[in-house]
Amino acid sequence: MIQLAIFLPLVGGVLAGLFGNRMGDRASQLVTVLPMLLAAVISCYLFWDVGIHGNSQTIQLFTWIDSGTLELSWALRFDTLTAVMVFVVNVVSSMVHVYSVGYMAHDPHKPRFMAYLSLFTFFMLTLVTADNFVQMFFGWEGVGLMSYLLIGFWFHRPAANAAAIKAFVVNRVGDFGFMLGILGVFFVFGTLNFDAIFKAVPEVAGQSFTFLSMDVDILTTICLLLFIGAMGKSAQIGLHTWLPDAMEGPTPVSALIHAATMVTAGVFMVARLSPMFEFAPIALSVVVFVGGTTAFFAATIGLTQHDIKRVIAYSTCSQLGYMFFALGVGAYPAAIFHLMTHAFFKALLFLGAGSVIHGMDDEQDMRMMGGLFSKMKVTAALMWIGSLALAGVPIFAGFYSKDIILESAFAAHTGLGLYAFWAGIAAALMTAFYSWRLLFLTFHGRTRADDHTFDHAHESPPVMIAPLLVLAMGAIFSGFLAKEYFVGHQMGEFWGSSILMLHNVIEEAHHAPDWVVALPLVVAVTGILGAFVMYILKPDWPAAFVARIRPIHRFVYNKWFFDELYDRLFVRPSFVLGRGLWKSGDGAVIDGVGPDGIAAATRDLAARASRLQSGFVYHYAFAMLIGLVVLATWFLFGFYR
Amino acid sequence: MESFPILSLTTFLPLIGVAFILLIRGDELTVARNARWATLWTSLATFVISLLLWLNFDKSTADFQFVERLEWLPSFNIAYHMGIDGISLFFVILSTFLTPICVLASWKAITTRVKEYMIAFLVLETMMIGTFAALDFVMFYIFFEAVLIPMFIIIGVWGGPRRVYAAFKFFLYTLAGSVLLLAALLTLYFEVGTTDIPTLIAYAVPPEMQTWLWLAFFASFAVKMPMWPVHTWLPDAHVEAPTAGSVILAGVLLKMGGYGFLRFSLPMLPIASEQFVPLIYTLSVIAIIYTSLVALAQEDMKKLIAYSSVAHMGFVTIGIFTATQQGIDGAMFQMLSHGIISAALFLCVGVVYDREHSREIAHYGGLVERMPRFAFVFMIFMLGSVGLPGTGGFVGEFLILVGAFQDNTWVASLASTGVILGAAYMLYLYRRVIFGKLDKEHLKQILDLEPREIAIFTPLVILVFWMGIWPDPFLSVFDATVSNLLQNYQSAVAVAGPLNLAGR
Repeated sequence: MIQLAIFLPLVGGVLAGLFGNRMGDRASQLVTVLPMLLAAVISCYLFWDVGIHGNSQTIQLFTWIDSGTLELSWALRFDTLTAVMVFVVNVVSSMVHVYSVGYMAHDPHKPRFMAYLSLFTFFMLTLVTADNFVQMFFGWEGVGLMSYLLIGFWFHRPAANAAAIKAFVVNRVGDFGFMLGILGVFFVFGTLNFDAIFKAVPEVAGQSFTFLSMDVDILTTICLLLFIGAMGKSAQIGLHTWLPDAMEGPTPVSALIHAATMVTAGVFMVARLSPMFEFAPIALSVVVFVGGTTAFFAATIGLTQHDIKRVIAYSTCSQLGYMFFALGVGAYPAAIFHLMTHAFFKALLFLGAGSVIHGMDDEQDMRMMGGLFSKMKVTAALMWIGSLALAGVPIFAGFYSKDIILESAFAAHTGLGLYAFWAGIAAALMTAFYSWRLLFLTFHGRTRADDHTFDHAHESPPVMIAPLLVLAMGAIFSGFLAKEYFVGHQMGEFWGSSILMLHNVIEEAHHAPDWVVALPLVVAVTGILGAFVMYILKPDWPAAFVARIRPIHRFVYNKWFFDELYDRLFVRPSFVLGRGLWKSGDGAVIDGVGPDGIAAATRDLAARASRLQSGFVYHYAFAMLIGLVVLATWFLFGFYR
Repeated sequence: MESFPILSLTTFLPLIGVAFILLIRGDELTVARNARWATLWTSLATFVISLLLWLNFDKSTADFQFVERLEWLPSFNIAYHMGIDGISLFFVILSTFLTPICVLASWKAITTRVKEYMIAFLVLETMMIGTFAALDFVMFYIFFEAVLIPMFIIIGVWGGPRRVYAAFKFFLYTLAGSVLLLAALLTLYFEVGTTDIPTLIAYAVPPEMQTWLWLAFFASFAVKMPMWPVHTWLPDAHVEAPTAGSVILAGVLLKMGGYGFLRFSLPMLPIASEQFVPLIYTLSVIAIIYTSLVALAQEDMKKLIAYSSVAHMGFVTIGIFTATQQGIDGAMFQMLSHGIISAALFLCVGVVYDREHSREIAHYGGLVERMPRFAFVFMIFMLGSVGLPGTGGFVGEFLILVGAFQDNTWVASLASTGVILGAAYMLYLYRRVIFGKLDKEHLKQILDLEPREIAIFTPLVILVFWMGIWPDPFLSVFDATVSNLLQNYQSAVAVAGPLNLAGR
């Protein structure tokens, strides 16, 4: 039965994809939504059966690739880590499916959209149920493909097409690392199946091999290569540039793919490979550094953006940074805990933003909003809940997961751990600030929308609100209910063998000093109050403040100029180089010297040779005479030497 | 099936079809119609018979199967010797599979000299199958070279405006290689006293001789592949060739180079092969990066796909010369999947070319609005070309990289950059042709795929997924042959002692 949780979305997606146009909009919504809801129910059972009852199992399907010693099968691996992910993916996805019925009501391509959503879910499930590296890569690329298709869903928009390609190609840069990591794993371990590798890791720890003519530590190198893949998919600093642009896709897509599930694949990957990363301390340090830096850097950009979806996108990027530094200090359960709570409240925020955009006639710029509370009370209340969870206010889900991450970073007692801790605290302050900036600019104060739009602004239909209510339940209760299992006293039995922790940093985190425990809440409240002052009490302050720090604001507002840098460094040179190699390399050099050159030389020679045959007898006689002289001279010299 | 000459039947059945077509009489339209149908049925029958080869193939042995041997020139020790093993089986089937597809693809596109065109294709089919099934070097050479003649005619007669230039370039390049191959063939004959391929494989050629023979083989096979820098004939040939010509060119003819390396260079000249690995790696890596960048800058769809073929063939040569099971399995798989995927991509270009008579990328845009079915199949082949897992393109590339990493991490790393560039140029192509607003007047009435085209693409789509999700039926055929090849290769290299393996 548990296979159904994986394959129902596939069935729905294929049906809607291939026959959607024939069976019509309503039918294709039914064949995708219903299986998805059923899958969500099954995954709740799975969560209970595998997670709480500890019934881990692996289902082998059939052989995939078999070449020499390389043997790979399609398989479904269910341990606690997978069960948590399947639960999160299916629940959020089913809610997004339902929501999309309402959100895409006016779109002419409903079957295609529903098919993409379902297929995405299927690929995400194959990713998290993989029991070898290559199936994981299959899911990994599959979700990348669906992300590409969904970002570019409105294919007539040039910006959407550009964003789609950017997302795919930047992810491929990450995959380049992932792929090399996989190759390295096979080279060292002779297999790509997780269990066999995990068993062999302790023997390999500390050994070195030759990679690119350098003598390097095996596990550090492999883990770093794999982590490049994780950075690409989870939009960590350096490979994050695609995520904000991905907001060109329809909002349900942003909620499902670019907040709740796909972007967390990198976090899942590192957690899944904890038995490898635990023996690669240097790689873990890099993870901490990258995570901490991303958490801070993305939050700064979130402060300045005007597009409601982009604010949430940078917030996602920043929250993923939290998860990564949690992984890096060895607090894998805390990272997965935050992954789950974040999936609920961030999907809620995105879908809430979608509800606003839907009600505002596709307006996304917060400068054109304000005062919408009176028009859409339910949406506003739900966005408040999402923001409270995001900021980490007590009782709400984010409070438990974010705190344990920060406490773990502190309790790691390493320089980098402290760096991540303070970066996380700074990011928490900014998170609270930009979340309430968003709420105030959107729902409160006086409206800046034109009369027509404001008058027509309306609450969304029940089919869109109902899924939000479910997600709001998650955003409120999931932290409180799950904390004992995820990071509390039952942590050991709950995770079983799905996560390896050589050193229980979470245990130490529970004994963190009081000020460490209190600080996140203090900065969150400070941030909220700051936003209240700036956007409600003194609405003219932000502009004045920005004017004061113009250069810094420009730097941050332009997203630290990553896009411009990459464009100059990689994109344009590639095209110039390609053109140069084509015109001068292939054209002038190879063809010029090769076939065309030889052909020209032959023609030339023939033309000259034909000139010799002038037809005048004295020309020929002269040539013969010369020949005779040369021959005679040559012979005579030969004799007398 | 011991006595029944099924292999010869597969090889020469197309020629029987030719004989029938030659008998067709009547006015031009009748001749054209009958020629099309006769060719289609002949090629389909050939395909069905070739499937019998697969069904009756014994995977457990590395020996040649369905062997036929007749005396031909006994005084020179040259025989009519045919047979296939795990390396050649699928190339035979690939040839018989693509020919009917080509016939269907030319159904409406070719309107002049239809009879001659169809005859050319059937002759071409016989020559292709013969190349892969010949077990005598002289026979191989004849088939291998004779392939050029119908192809030369197809490009030169039914091609585009610059067809004569392209045909000559194609002919000159390949012929230059052939001359050296002939010299090598003669040298081997005088050394060993026979041209029987199994005997030649078993014979230990003296190491100093191997170097020169290897270079002569290399000249011929590298042009066919084509490897950088002797690849420039390919874009021109593709651009000028009719769609079906491109399909065969990309689908089968390029594979003859790879097949040559696997059938001749590696088993007959193992020591020289080992020596020249650095050369192959260097040229292949350059090919992957260089041609991918060039592909990025193309403005002509066919040229772009032609350049991408060069990059994909770069992977193949790497795989072959890693001399690992995964590398060679991957190389062969890559050749098969590329045979399907690139053929399908050229067919996709053919679809819009038939409607618009332009290959310019800028001529198109927003086709998805009028042609959703076309957009769907084009997407699948585009993703196959990008090497997305779940499509045939991934398995080969992945196995090659696995093999390469075991031999040389530099090669594996540099070749892996091909996955980034490959995604960039294919997605960029797709975006410009399929996505965007449909605002060009001349495209407003363009029609989606018709039943004939759907019939062409359906088997190709199925194959792309089959090869990606369940490649075992293909890989398991390679197994015995490749491991036997590797065993002989490694023992030959071991006997020769340590070589100049510096710089790994």
